[in-house]
Amino acid sequence: MSAPSSFDEFLDGIWKQNPIFVMVLGMCPTLAVTVSAINSISMGLATTFVLAASCLLVSLLRSAIPKQVRIASYIVIIATFVTVVDYAIQAISLDLYEALGAYIKLIVANCILLGRAEAHAAKNPPLPATLNAFGMGLGFTLGLLAIGSVREILGAGKLFGLSLFGPHFQPWVVMVLPPGGFFVLAGWLIVFAAFRHISIKRNAQLGGVQS
Amino acid sequence: MNNDTVANILLTTILPGNFVLAMFLGMCPFLGVSQKLSTAVPMGIATAFVILVASLSAYFLNMLLVHYHLEFLSVITFITVIACAVQLVEMFVKKTFPELFRQLGIYLPLITTNCAVLGVALFQTARQYNFIQSLAYSIGGGIGFTLALILMAGLRERMQLSNVPTLVQGAAISVVLGGLLSLSFMGFAGIGGGE
Repeated sequence: MSAPSSFDEFLDGIWKQNPIFVMVLGMCPTLAVTVSAINSISMGLATTFVLAASCLLVSLLRSAIPKQVRIASYIVIIATFVTVVDYAIQAISLDLYEALGAYIKLIVANCILLGRAEAHAAKNPPLPATLNAFGMGLGFTLGLLAIGSVREILGAGKLFGLSLFGPHFQPWVVMVLPPGGFFVLAGWLIVFAAFRHISIKRNAQLGGVQS
Repeated sequence: MNNDTVANILLTTILPGNFVLAMFLGMCPFLGVSQKLSTAVPMGIATAFVILVASLSAYFLNMLLVHYHLEFLSVITFITVIACAVQLVEMFVKKTFPELFRQLGIYLPLITTNCAVLGVALFQTARQYNFIQSLAYSIGGGIGFTLALILMAGLRERMQLSNVPTLVQGAAISVVLGGLLSLSFMGFAGIGGGE
């Protein structure tokens, strides 16, 4: 069996192991900041940066960190990069900083980060670790964008702040309120489950024909 | 300085501003440990205790950080303190309730990365609560988290008896349940002054 190529690892995070729809990780920011598409993208990119940077560092230091204190070390590394991102966003756009609020700092507590550091970066050389983390981050961003755009279209009748349906559209306000987050996420989960169901069925049929 | 009264903060964090259902903090244990009532209750209490400890230490730490103008270190110090508090609870549970320790499994150390715990520390700093207000905020948050977890566990125990379509089984149905709970908690809006 050949080792998976780096590019495969990159794609893994986007589709096969998508952190939101397949692994159901990192739910707090997924539901909290996805009230609009632009918020979702910025949150996703911020998480991607923290994920890639901390995985790179964890991977570089993987032989230097003693096993007993590894979780604590990973958390400190992650917290450092989160602080960097926090101040960077504050400097770039104050509006965005206020919209995302404390959820930028809460990237520290995102299960995806610690999960990746522990399960992948700590066991792999820097290049594949970073690529994998980058793929995961992009997968996370895409997931957030999928939820965020549906919520913005239904709840405000807009996409990226542009009005879609004209002034007579009656917004479905509950979609931008907390329950809407749950419902849209559930909808996407069902769509993904349906995809998986169909592909399993097709594989079973193909297998039946061949044998 | 924030002028919310103690009763106001308590009621708001338990009902309309519930950490799990309105602010989406602590979703992982909410979806992960809510299969059975018997594990949901101790998990809620353990988390509530960690929230209380984390909030108190974060309050004093923040005073120290502000005094030395080191606010940029807040995330790093808070998370370290929380990790220590979780370690303490883990040792205590392992010693006194070994059976429970096995049932909770990986989710006990994962309280460290529970957003609710870090969230309390960050939000109370952001809203400039004084000591009593922070205390009320953390107690209310803990009760609210436990309440949401117990309600969810009760619902999921009922779900085992019902016929769920294959496509919706697993995470999707739990998320839908969470949405319905969240919708019903919206009905409390206005209690405690509202936000």
